[in-house]
Amino acid sequence: MATPLRFRFWMRAVEVSVLAVAICFSIGATDASARFNNLGHRLMCTCGCAQLLGECNHVGCPESGHELKELTAAIASGLSDQQILDAFAAKYGATVLAAPPAKGFDLVAWIAPFAVFAAALLGTILLIRRWGGLGKTHAAAAGKPVALDPAEQERMERIRRETSVDTGSKGGF
Amino acid sequence: MAAFGSFCLLIAFALAAYNLLAGALALRLLATGQPTRISPERLADTARRAGIAGFVAVTGAAFALVWSVFTNDFSITYILDHSNRALPIPYKFAALWSGQEGSLLLWAWLLGVYGFVLRLRHKTDVKLYAYAGAILAGVQVFFLAILVWAAPPFALWRGAIPDDGNGLNPLLQYPEMVIHPPLLYLGYVGFSVPFAFALAALMMRYPGEKWIRITRTWTMVTWVFLTCGIFLGMHWAYAVLGWGGYWGWDPVENASFMPWLTGTAFLHSVMMQERKGMMKSWNVWLIFSTFLLTLLGTLLTRAGLVSSVHAFAQSSIGTWFVVFMCIVLAVCIFTYVLQRSHLKTEHQLESLVSRESSFLFNNLVLLTACFVILWGTLFPILSEYVEGSKVTVGAPFYNNVAVPIGLFLLFLTGVGPLLPWRSTSLKAIKRNFVLPSIALWATVIVCLVAGANPWAGGAFNTGRFYALVGFALAAAVLTAIVAEFLRGATVIARQTGRNLFAAHWLLTRRNTRRYGGYLVHIGVVISVVGLCGAAFNRNTESELGLHDRMSVGPYTLVQVGATQDTNPNYDSDYALLDVYKGNQRARTIEFDGFLFHLVPIFHIVPLQMAPEKRVYLASGQPQTMVAIHSTPEWDLYVVYEGANPDTGQPIIKAFLNPLVGWIWIGLVVMVFGSIIALVPSLVPATTALRVPAAQTASVAPALKGGA
Repeated sequence: MATPLRFRFWMRAVEVSVLAVAICFSIGATDASARFNNLGHRLMCTCGCAQLLGECNHVGCPESGHELKELTAAIASGLSDQQILDAFAAKYGATVLAAPPAKGFDLVAWIAPFAVFAAALLGTILLIRRWGGLGKTHAAAAGKPVALDPAEQERMERIRRETSVDTGSKGGF
Repeated sequence: MAAFGSFCLLIAFALAAYNLLAGALALRLLATGQPTRISPERLADTARRAGIAGFVAVTGAAFALVWSVFTNDFSITYILDHSNRALPIPYKFAALWSGQEGSLLLWAWLLGVYGFVLRLRHKTDVKLYAYAGAILAGVQVFFLAILVWAAPPFALWRGAIPDDGNGLNPLLQYPEMVIHPPLLYLGYVGFSVPFAFALAALMMRYPGEKWIRITRTWTMVTWVFLTCGIFLGMHWAYAVLGWGGYWGWDPVENASFMPWLTGTAFLHSVMMQERKGMMKSWNVWLIFSTFLLTLLGTLLTRAGLVSSVHAFAQSSIGTWFVVFMCIVLAVCIFTYVLQRSHLKTEHQLESLVSRESSFLFNNLVLLTACFVILWGTLFPILSEYVEGSKVTVGAPFYNNVAVPIGLFLLFLTGVGPLLPWRSTSLKAIKRNFVLPSIALWATVIVCLVAGANPWAGGAFNTGRFYALVGFALAAAVLTAIVAEFLRGATVIARQTGRNLFAAHWLLTRRNTRRYGGYLVHIGVVISVVGLCGAAFNRNTESELGLHDRMSVGPYTLVQVGATQDTNPNYDSDYALLDVYKGNQRARTIEFDGFLFHLVPIFHIVPLQMAPEKRVYLASGQPQTMVAIHSTPEWDLYVVYEGANPDTGQPIIKAFLNPLVGWIWIGLVVMVFGSIIALVPSLVPATTALRVPAAQTASVAPALKGGA
């Protein structure tokens, strides 16, 4: 009885943690200067300097000055962050956004890394189970050398004998 | 000199081609045992000697280019475009890699150097080295072919020869540009050697652990060069570009980072092959991928597929690289398919929670990080192809995707060394994880109390959240590693009667690979702490008249002069700023020459900063020279943005960047750890402790989780 209770406790703890993190990440900036800073780092300067709008630092930049003023005005007008980003994208093109929007084909940019990570993680776990035979009856064989073809073994040994390199190492860590 | 250089390149090409063809023929004859008029061994030796002569020829070409720069031979287009008479001597060297043709020549020369050393050491294993030498010659043929036909560095200027050159790109006129690119190239090119050995070993069905031992030094040295190259590039970007940061996820930065990630994965996973005879196919493909990524990086930036602030030369050599990469990939796949039976694993895993599994997960994370960066770098091209319009994949994308992956990798850096080989018990895991867990939560509490919380400013700050996680993980990993050192050193101290410091030294010398590796991990942790500091950067901008003040953090800057200077290379405007910390004048340590030409002398002087804006006369291009006052706590980073055209007064932007110095200190520790790991162990680690039988029981737990 103790195990399911403990399991349920841990599952509940994980759920609460995930929820807390999700809430934290979904809270947007409400203060105007924080929003200005945040949005300034989600937009690119369009002068070709390849810098974020909030970090464009050259005096006399033909673009960043009026773009920052537009950003300030947009925040003051009460538009949401997404509306401001959409307005900039409509005016200057999609390249003004510092990251691809999470919609349409560009959503693939965000999904692919996590999908690949999940697939690789699953593949690694399956690989470890396959290599080790974990949870199967031949666990006793784990850790034992896999038998090679005798002729191949002999050939390998001959090469090892014929070459005299020995670093004295046993394989690091 | 142009004719001499071109002739050298032609000779080098012919010699490399001979090395490749004669070497391949000799090895084929040796494999089949066919009778021939000339013995295959002699043919292979002539191929090897051709390789050595080829190095001499490429050196001649490189010398010719350097000589032409120093003698201001503007009849050569490359010299005309990348140098001028007033260019200081160190930057004349930098001209060698400031353009397309020079960079490729540097690549070919460094490949020649690596090949030269490899061929001199051929007696280590004549046949394996012959295979590897022929493969390296194949790579060299490609680069020399480009230099001879597609991007000739000695092409002559058509028309009247100008009296002076166009000068070096101002961004490159900075001390680090004299050492950063060669180090980066040493890293890029160096991965050709383990690649050649891996392919050679696979072709001749050579025992895996042997070629890995032979190439271990090459791989480690290459990794260190690449690491130094990347970090120096970061420092250059920090000091020259003037935006207050050091890593902008620029395509060129990404191109250098990708092979570093796969190379790091390779360095870890080869231990599995050495120890357990596992992951043979994986290792072979890791090093193949690393080599291909070095080529892909060059293709991305040189062929103009993606734009970058670091790319100083672009041309149409992309097709050459695509064709060569296809050939390399085809050769790799063909050899692998033909010889894959040779790569059968020799052992099996015993436990999901073991050192072996941690290496697998470490590889998984490193490869995923590599994929994310490759994906982000190529996505604009893909998006343009699918949707017809480009998108930007900048820092926000990588910060949201790559940073969490990096933090997971940091977590594994700490966990891996705590797990023993083969399998472990739950009790042992609990015991090993107690201290790091305490350190982790203590750091979280300390950071929150100190005000480094993600909710500062009224909204949740993702960057600060990641920084908090980074600090906590760094503390846990550091504790885990230090505990490993202490555990081993305590045993040695008890056995030998030495003090703890001497015991640490002996412990490290007895297993340099293991403890050198731990030092590298400590370096990584220190650098990560520095990187986390970026979440707390502050900056302010102000126009400063004489005696005007501006403040950033605890510092106050007072303008005490704005003036101009000129020299034959550039004109400069700069501001003189006295720096106060609180009410006191801030102080700094200043180098003041050598005593008896030997002992450096330093003085403590009041801090005055002089940020500068230069305009280079030859090119007419402006350049920012940032003033940086670095302390362990933070960097005061001051930029002269320019003069207000209406008032003529300087506009100053000041940044306070916490913990930046830790990034560079981390690099020093990484390099030190790598050097330790390269030094042979004093005695084989497994026989290091000659312990009396009665005391064996007390030693065993101390080594748990280790070798």
